[in-house]
Amino acid sequence: MSDMSNKSAAQQAARDVEELEQRSQTAARLFDVRRIIGGLFVVYGVIVTLAGVFASDEDLKKAQDININLWTGIGMLVLGLAFLLWLRLSPTIPPPDAEKGAGEGAEGDEGTAGTERGEGGSTK
Amino acid sequence: MLHLAEGLRLPTNGLDYTLLGIYFVVVLGIGFAARRSVKTSLDFFLSGRSLPAWITGLAFVAANLGATEILGMAANGAQYGVYTVHWYWVGAIPAMVFLGLVMMPFYYGSKVRSVPEFLLHRFGPSSHLLSSIIFAVSSVLIAGVNLYALALVLKALLGWELWVSIVIAGFFVLAYITLGGLSSAIYTEVLQFFVILAALIPLTVVGLKRVGGWGGISDTLSGEKGDAFMTAWDGTGIGSGNPLGANWLTIVLGLGFVMSFGYWTTNFAEVQRALSAKNLSAAKRTPLIAAFPKIFIPAVVVIPGLIALVMEPTLGKTKDGLQYNDAIPVLMRDLLPNGVLGIAVTGLLAAFMAGMAANISSFNTVFTNDIYAAYLKKDRPDEHYVQTARWVTVVGVLIGMGTAFIASSFSNIMNYLQTLFSFFNVPLFVVFIIGMFWKKTTPAAGFWGLLSGTVAAMVNYFWFYKQGVIDIPTDQGANFVSSIVAFVVGSVVMVAVTLFTKPKPAEELAGLVYGTSSPGAPELPEKGDDVWYRKPALLGWGAMILAALCYIPFSF
Repeated sequence: MSDMSNKSAAQQAARDVEELEQRSQTAARLFDVRRIIGGLFVVYGVIVTLAGVFASDEDLKKAQDININLWTGIGMLVLGLAFLLWLRLSPTIPPPDAEKGAGEGAEGDEGTAGTERGEGGSTK
Repeated sequence: MLHLAEGLRLPTNGLDYTLLGIYFVVVLGIGFAARRSVKTSLDFFLSGRSLPAWITGLAFVAANLGATEILGMAANGAQYGVYTVHWYWVGAIPAMVFLGLVMMPFYYGSKVRSVPEFLLHRFGPSSHLLSSIIFAVSSVLIAGVNLYALALVLKALLGWELWVSIVIAGFFVLAYITLGGLSSAIYTEVLQFFVILAALIPLTVVGLKRVGGWGGISDTLSGEKGDAFMTAWDGTGIGSGNPLGANWLTIVLGLGFVMSFGYWTTNFAEVQRALSAKNLSAAKRTPLIAAFPKIFIPAVVVIPGLIALVMEPTLGKTKDGLQYNDAIPVLMRDLLPNGVLGIAVTGLLAAFMAGMAANISSFNTVFTNDIYAAYLKKDRPDEHYVQTARWVTVVGVLIGMGTAFIASSFSNIMNYLQTLFSFFNVPLFVVFIIGMFWKKTTPAAGFWGLLSGTVAAMVNYFWFYKQGVIDIPTDQGANFVSSIVAFVVGSVVMVAVTLFTKPKPAEELAGLVYGTSSPGAPELPEKGDDVWYRKPALLGWGAMILAALCYIPFSF
């Protein structure tokens, strides 16, 4: 963060951000949120669908004779499975791990040499 | 202090608590799992500018879908009727599209890390420091409002004292933001978006069946409240009375232009989501992708407000009975069986926590990046700022807990937030819009425009309106007028000051002013970004047309 020669503060700050982008670990190590959404909604979907399958007459009466647990549960299950399917069909693209020289400018190629891909499987 | 009515306690059971418990575990899990991705301050503040557009877009809409939307807009629906749709179709969509198509190239392209940082480069330290401090203060205030709303729900649900809920919810937000920074905030927002829909859609469906569908609502409320209550524009002629206390001019100019542009285009809690996108195309698409769900949210928020009014005609009528803010909890109590009820409780809590998290994560960025690193401790190693940001998060949450108690003096939480926004965001928007489009605008003009606009809005609200110098029927109407006043005063002061002070040299404004571009090579478009459904112009204009079409059924 040196090189203060005749550059405006704005350009200096932009270069700092570029440098931080090069060192950033988010692209490489942050797990894919689709896994979390998919997992949570499958679990929720199963629980709520079961509540719908075993719905009492009182439950049905309260929800104006709609088996709302059943329908909501099925909806959540479908959404959860859809996210897992999407993740399967188009998996997280690992960032290119070649070390890029500073100041290349192009986005999306933050250099992340030699780091493993984060999968975040431990959160479910 | 606003008390919920007796008997609002929800009939929750173990099943509902299981669903709630699972959510809290997952949220903490996200915090811990995101922690390993935080290496630099850019990871903590902006997720390393690496997220895809659909994630930042959903986070963008979810960050707004906190206490403000769900309790506040359902309350507005019950209080003002179908007029409430103005907050969405006039009061959000045009501003979101403008942010994506017009302003985002300057924000994202100039590589600023926050909205105040843009002011630093465009104008200079005085307006930067002023707006940073104002933003930091207002974020913790609004975080407090979210926390207060959350505590109301927990009190209704569990019967806990407000302060117990405030401490526990505050702790969860504190934990996951401190661990994972913006990444955990954004991920929980995306998750929250789906959970809240899974709660609000069944609530609306069952509610509609209960009151005889849209026709049933329409017949009942038109009879009780008059036909205008069920339309968007009837009775908004200048000089005629309507529940909102505003006319078409204050709606379109005050809400639709000034207030909404102020909120959506300069509120860093929102813009931060777009700045974390992986490239310029994704950043532009962030508010545009968010616009589509935003158009349809009134269907599951305003309609439940109307349903609640049909089912409980005394809503908001007496001091001791049910209040407008109780609309959604009443429906949950009366219509949802255990199971979906648990999802609804989880969705509401998730929405409140996400709203607060959005404020806290933007607060820690502005405080650390724009106050601490810019003026207090410059040029420390990057790790020092990550460490500082974590401590700032802790302090911010603690202050938010304190301000949760301030929120209790307004009967309608929304009014409180709108009041704050009209004081802080509108003058900021004036400074941005003039500074971005008029190259000559001077640093001094930025500072004085910001200050005079804020003061003018406060004078209008607290003196002219509250002291009865001018006659405006409702708080909402007064907010619209305050916004217009702030806008006019701010712009006049800016133009006047510009004429007598010295502008910045043109070479320092590259990439910050309309008609210039950032120095360095232009960003190459990423593979796949040129397919038709990723074209920002198509998304933006599509959202505008869709919002206009939505007005048709409520206008004639």
